[in-house]
Amino acid sequence: MAGSTVRSLMKTSTTTTLARVAKLITEARSCSQQRTWENRRSSPLLLPAREFSCGSALWNASGRSSSLESEELLKKNLSKVLSPTTRQLSGEPEKAFTDDENLEVLDYPGAKTSFTHELKFIPESAAEPVPCYRLVNDFGQPLPWAHLPEMDVKLAREIYSHMVTLQTMDVIFYEAQRQGRFSFYMTTNGEEAINIATAAALSPQDVVFTQYREPGILMWRGFSLESFANQCFGNGDDLGKGRQMPVHYGSHEHKYFTISSPIATQLPQAVGAAYGLKMGNEDACAVAYFGDGASSEGDFHAAMNFASILETPILFICRNNGWAISTPTNDQFRSDGIVVKGRGYGIRSIRVDGMDTLALFSAVKEARKMAIEESRPVVIEALTYRVGHHSTSDDSSKYRNKVEIDHWKLVRDPVLRFKRWIEAQGWWDIDSEKKIRTEARAAVIAAMNKAGRKEKPHISVLFEDVYDSLPSHLKEQQAQLREVIARHPRDYPADVPTL
Amino acid sequence: MRSISRALTSIQRCARNCSSNQQESLSGLVRPFSSHAKLDTDTKASQGDDVPKKSMNLSSAKLDTDTKASQGDDVPKKSMNLFSAINQALHIALETDPRSYVFGEDVSFGGVFRCTTNLADTFGKHRIFNTPLCEQGIVGFAIGLAAMDNRAIAEIQFADYIYPAFDQIVNEAAKFRYRSGNQFNCGGLTIRAPYGAVGHGGHYHSQSPESFFCHVPGIKVVIPRSPAQAKGLLLASIRDPNPVVFFEPKWLYRLSVEEVPEGDYMLPLSEAEVIREGTDITLVGWGAQLVVMEQACIEASKEDISCELIDLRTLIPWDRETVVASVNKTGRLLVSHEAPVTGGFGAEISASITERCFLRLEAPVARVCGYDTPFPLVFEPFYMPTKNKILDAIKAAVNY
Repeated sequence: MAGSTVRSLMKTSTTTTLARVAKLITEARSCSQQRTWENRRSSPLLLPAREFSCGSALWNASGRSSSLESEELLKKNLSKVLSPTTRQLSGEPEKAFTDDENLEVLDYPGAKTSFTHELKFIPESAAEPVPCYRLVNDFGQPLPWAHLPEMDVKLAREIYSHMVTLQTMDVIFYEAQRQGRFSFYMTTNGEEAINIATAAALSPQDVVFTQYREPGILMWRGFSLESFANQCFGNGDDLGKGRQMPVHYGSHEHKYFTISSPIATQLPQAVGAAYGLKMGNEDACAVAYFGDGASSEGDFHAAMNFASILETPILFICRNNGWAISTPTNDQFRSDGIVVKGRGYGIRSIRVDGMDTLALFSAVKEARKMAIEESRPVVIEALTYRVGHHSTSDDSSKYRNKVEIDHWKLVRDPVLRFKRWIEAQGWWDIDSEKKIRTEARAAVIAAMNKAGRKEKPHISVLFEDVYDSLPSHLKEQQAQLREVIARHPRDYPADVPTL
Repeated sequence: MRSISRALTSIQRCARNCSSNQQESLSGLVRPFSSHAKLDTDTKASQGDDVPKKSMNLSSAKLDTDTKASQGDDVPKKSMNLFSAINQALHIALETDPRSYVFGEDVSFGGVFRCTTNLADTFGKHRIFNTPLCEQGIVGFAIGLAAMDNRAIAEIQFADYIYPAFDQIVNEAAKFRYRSGNQFNCGGLTIRAPYGAVGHGGHYHSQSPESFFCHVPGIKVVIPRSPAQAKGLLLASIRDPNPVVFFEPKWLYRLSVEEVPEGDYMLPLSEAEVIREGTDITLVGWGAQLVVMEQACIEASKEDISCELIDLRTLIPWDRETVVASVNKTGRLLVSHEAPVTGGFGAEISASITERCFLRLEAPVARVCGYDTPFPLVFEPFYMPTKNKILDAIKAAVNY
């Protein structure tokens, strides 16, 4: 076998043998490619890599080194090329990149590769877009040959119930905002599956950094409807103490970092958290959620690159819902979505149907396993559609037509799709549906009414938590404010306790 | 009264306040800061013949009492420069807390200023590591690491390059605790960055961006003036339960040498230090500028003007009480910093003191600062708030 020959050669290899080594790489690669294609037929994990034809991630990943180290690196990389597990998961280039007529290996520190006589640029896109992993069609029917994940009746019902509750919370909270009870709200319509299915595939130990359209993860982890309502009202029981706009949830108990409005800032932070988990040898990963718009931010680039270089256990879950407020993806990027960006950073990636609960569940479970066991980042691009407006401050009919929205809302609804599947399993019927819808509605309304009656946080909270303790200048400003309130009590809202 | 080393060699005087001819002759003496320059790797080398042993010292006679070891006169001390003192502080921080990490651009090999020398060898490549060249990534990553109960000591190679990380510092680090209702915090975060003039740094290796960060509730800004101060303040910053931006005067990395206590000690944050007592005027500054201000004080004393010199040390939250007490005694205030005068932190001090000491003031508050221009290369000697500019302002205030 080429593999064993190369390994024995590596033991005695000198610089002059590099050309021979390169030739063996070619042989090993073509050999391994055959095996890879065999594997692909038997495993749902393996997708042909169609993007580039110029070298694998393995070679790019070798990074900088001095020329003295280059041979060592070459050996190391060769062993990676020949290792069945690495090969299987990394994907292979369409063809070996070594030019048969010129076997000399190029060893610039920036890249280890071979020469070619062809003046050939990498095309801006692959011949075909990256396919989307899907298990169940729009009618809830499994696709032929689909390997469905293990999901028992209890888990399936739980996932569906949470999706319905999330949908219900959105409807009622949105209306509450329209009635002036909340100052602001953002819905997750169209993205219920991404919220709940990914949460169900994670472990409660995994730390979550979200953007603002992922309350379902918190809901799945047990954050109560009343807690959601407390935050939206900014009342005295809001864990965030009434300091942030509605939907900026956070819960230490549920390992869900408090949301901030700036886009993509959570991404490099999640990488830092993942590094902490890795150094603590914890059986957990960090999970960073973001949207298609966030992929244009510098922090996205920073996070992907850091995660790759520092080999951190992290899942980057992109909700590519087609719209960043009014900006369509065509004005956002010209790449084949987000999934292809993974390879640019040396990160594994997969594109998933974000409205297919089973596909999401399956992909996240597998990605999580890889992230923790191999301490590596994984990108998951979930294709979906933002059915609702960006927020209650937005009217999306100004930039997209109603027919489009209705199509996604009525025909492609992820909640409906999953319902059809569990119905087909005999795990759900019309009575269960009536029951969950009625219960969810009653629970959300009760939670909202209760939260709405609570007092606002005390005025002292204004100055607390800027630092771990109150510095003298803030004590002074606090005292000044008290005096002003005493002089002009009618200038201030009556529902905020000030005494 | 604390003992203060006032000895300044002709080299230092020249470095801060001299003609271009003198500057030229100096260029061979002052070590370059560039990563392309040949770098000395240890303290010994840096204390070679070409760098004076007792030099730009505003020595730290008083060390904080709330430290682990008592820091009286019997405490073993070692003469070292500022980058070695930083290095020692990092060693101690890493030694005393296994959950502490040091990272940034080029830190693995010791850093372009040698502050992280030998750390990777001692503590391993997983605790001391290079990051990609991306400041927003460094700070974002550091926030996440700190939020998981670690001490993240991030290096930004030059303060001039901190701006890509501005959003992470201002919108994220500073608000992390507040916005979560104290459920989460990134108090283990310390961002180190060399700041200020260095003689040949031009626009992008000379800036003093401290005032931007002083406008941000939720972070602390600390700037040391000497090796012993740097060690104690850095250890305090690293262990402070709030995110700290720690600016290091790069001009002094090699030039400032003093006796530094060997053990583990901290100097209190938000406490200014009166480093020279006087009765006629109060001078307030921080970092490398104190060396220049000290010279002006010495010159003024020859004309029987008694100056009180205060090192603010922490810029936010700052020790207003100490400055107020001093101005109430002297009746005059001068603030000096390298950063442009408009919107500089001197403006905040000036306004605060005017609010509190208005009737006691016998002259308008004076500001001797950088001009409102980008930091210039050839014109650096003109741009800088030099000794004679300060001396003139002292005299003007006293004779007002």
